[in-house]
Amino acid sequence: MVGIESYGVYFPFYRLTRAEIGKVWGMPAGLGEKAVASVDEDSVTMAVEAGFDCLAGIDPKGVDGLIFATTTAPYKQKALAPTIAMVLGLPKTAFTMDLTNTLRAGTSAIKLAVDQIKSGSAKKVLVVASDVRISEQESFDEQMSGDGAAAVLVSQENLIADYVNSYSLSEEVVGVWRTEHDEYVQHFEDKVEDSFAFQGMVLEAIKGLVGKTGIELKEIGKLACSYFDPRGLMAIAGKLGLNPLAQLSDPLFTSIGNPGVSAPLIAFANALENTQPKQDIILAAHGDGADAFLFTTTDKLKSLAPRMGIKGNLAKKAPLFSYEQYVKFRKMTRRERAAPKASPVIHFRDREMEFGFLGEKCKSCGTVQFPLNRVCLVCQSKDNFEKVKLPRRGKIYTFTKDYIRSGGAQPVPWCVLELENGARVLLTMTDCDPDKVKIGMEVDIVFRILHDGAGFRNYYWRCRPSVKARA
Amino acid sequence: MKTLKDKVAIVGVGYTKFGEQWNKSAEDLLVDAVYEALGDAGIEPKEVEAGWCGMQYEFTGVSGGAPAEFLKMWGIPFTRVENFCASGMDAFRNACLGVASGMYDVVLACGVEKLMDQGSRGLPEIGGARPVSFQWPPAPGIFALAATRCFEVRGWDKETLAGVAVKNHEHGSHHPKAHFRKPVKKEDVVNAPLIAWPLGRLDCCAMSDGSAALIITTPERAKSLKHKNDFVKVLGNSISVHTMFPWLHPKFDFLGFPSTKEAGKNAYAQAGIKNPAEELDLVECHDCFTITELLNIEDLGLCPPGEAGKFVAEGHASYGGKIPVNVSGGLKCFGHPIGATGCRMLVEITKQLQGRADGLQVKDAKRGLAHNLGGAFTVAAVTILGRNDT
Repeated sequence: MVGIESYGVYFPFYRLTRAEIGKVWGMPAGLGEKAVASVDEDSVTMAVEAGFDCLAGIDPKGVDGLIFATTTAPYKQKALAPTIAMVLGLPKTAFTMDLTNTLRAGTSAIKLAVDQIKSGSAKKVLVVASDVRISEQESFDEQMSGDGAAAVLVSQENLIADYVNSYSLSEEVVGVWRTEHDEYVQHFEDKVEDSFAFQGMVLEAIKGLVGKTGIELKEIGKLACSYFDPRGLMAIAGKLGLNPLAQLSDPLFTSIGNPGVSAPLIAFANALENTQPKQDIILAAHGDGADAFLFTTTDKLKSLAPRMGIKGNLAKKAPLFSYEQYVKFRKMTRRERAAPKASPVIHFRDREMEFGFLGEKCKSCGTVQFPLNRVCLVCQSKDNFEKVKLPRRGKIYTFTKDYIRSGGAQPVPWCVLELENGARVLLTMTDCDPDKVKIGMEVDIVFRILHDGAGFRNYYWRCRPSVKARA
Repeated sequence: MKTLKDKVAIVGVGYTKFGEQWNKSAEDLLVDAVYEALGDAGIEPKEVEAGWCGMQYEFTGVSGGAPAEFLKMWGIPFTRVENFCASGMDAFRNACLGVASGMYDVVLACGVEKLMDQGSRGLPEIGGARPVSFQWPPAPGIFALAATRCFEVRGWDKETLAGVAVKNHEHGSHHPKAHFRKPVKKEDVVNAPLIAWPLGRLDCCAMSDGSAALIITTPERAKSLKHKNDFVKVLGNSISVHTMFPWLHPKFDFLGFPSTKEAGKNAYAQAGIKNPAEELDLVECHDCFTITELLNIEDLGLCPPGEAGKFVAEGHASYGGKIPVNVSGGLKCFGHPIGATGCRMLVEITKQLQGRADGLQVKDAKRGLAHNLGGAFTVAAVTILGRNDT
């Protein structure tokens, strides 16, 4: 049997209301708000968060594949799945690939993962879909789009949902596109895109799936579907004869916005989180064709390890205090930026320590320390360590708040953290209210962009006020 | 370890005004300071047998070639010394060892830094061996980590810190060579814009340019030079280096600086000093930030641990008090041209012991101590000087 063993999601901390965007441009505003990736986030860091959420209670060493699905990779050339795999602690022999360029990348990745497991080439494949949708200012896209990530672990054991069947079609369509020279997504005519590129293709795929499986759509638990705009999604539900309130999984348009590739997976995660065992879920997504899957939930759905999931992620948020802050986050203004030092050579040498967040324990005095020293900083014994994975939680031992280098309205806290195993690290704090930082505060340690020194993306760890996992 | 006591004499000193010297280069500053010292000693440039110059940043100058080039002191050994904020005092240490070893008779210890050439918005970042995982907060942030901890454990607050700024600005207002010569009020310090919580602008020393120089020789030779009656002797000198990343050390308590404690202990042993607060007449200690001076006062043994706030508030560290600390105005008023600061403090102590201080003169000062602390509490340097009759 193949299916879904686990799921995880990540929504960035900050929200921008559509009313605020509408007000700035004197445009009609949509309902609700959108999630906005912080200045130190991109599709990779959000994928890491969703990946950790998905792997709650699961040994990453047993995951032998990772597919990263996005339309907003921070690199045009350089794979990011290996980056994400290393941070999540997957074995080096795991199969990794980036699946890009189409809104269907997330579901295509699931298809690929299912086939890998069926063929016996992999046992557990993590599919992570993540997008920071960069939309042109003063466009409706700016209001519609959002940022977020979702992950599913495709597996053959401990399945919370069995894979039943799928139906895919590939189509030539110039629907939504971005050429190699475009900064923002281009459209031709919304109505055409909504009716043909989205509704038409998704309906065809779902009907194909019904034909293959013989299910009764009226009896399915949830339809988790991508969308072009929320009205089109309602139209699809109508055309399929579904009861939208009961059967349509909320893709969170009013709270997150449309986060591109991750939208169908977020709707899928929401369906899993709000469905009973033994229910059928259809997962469908458009994008240069369409994919449709049928899954059936199992009793194991109720015994999943605690995770942030949809509810936890929706609960943790703060309003972005202005549109200008959003402009700053997305670096839409031209301003001089510092060019910090970095070296690809040092990065290569330290990759395991930095991305794997590895410390070491002295075999002679027992002190756990970071970074990987040659000589113990307490007892001076040489080369006598075992490597230890550092916990991604800690408490503030002391801190300061930097008002100078932060360069913005808010100071950046620098925190000396005491970790559970006694090691200490120094990390800057993100996604926080600087006024609330204090000694003893519990923090989570998160993977973020540090800077783009030496022309490449330097990721590292930061901390944020702890968000307790939802029980 | 042995002692430097009675082996080295200071026979000439010179220093520039400290401050925003936009129109002066590192060459201008160093030449001014060194020629003042040479003149003070009555020594010709050609008589200098070796030189050491404290410089932290490459834009001030690289290698011994830079200071030698400025001074055209060619054909002798000249070394650039870089050891964070103790660079200048480490240059002095090397010069002392050169004389004490018997290798040279007359040597030059100097320091210069031209921070303003990089603008006044804080010290440039230092590139580490691991630029990503070895992040350093900006300098005020480093010391603020100690202040936050002291607020929590010692119950200190911004007013405690402000006591240092008020005292040093009062001292510095009398010093013609200081960058800032204006007293400040406690409320100004407490309410100044924040730089690195809890440190505000007046808790921090300024970015400044400056240079200082000392001519060093043996006590025997000193007796035949211009200052034969009032040359100053080195009683003890020590440098101690600790971690560059105190935040990574699981035992580090941020309530004091181990490097200061050890450098102090060692220098006191060389000088035979048992009770520093009684036996010293003045102290110039590193006050790059107000919290730095408070903890250094404790680490140098001038008052018991935890009591520096009270010690300063009660006036014991003020001019006329039990043991005046930073009677020149300190880094708070002089600013901190990194490579020059250590030498500037030694010039100050020397002139105090000779009874010719440019600012407030400590009456009948016989022994004085100068101290630097650099990096992330990493390098501490302590030098104890005494009148030649001590």
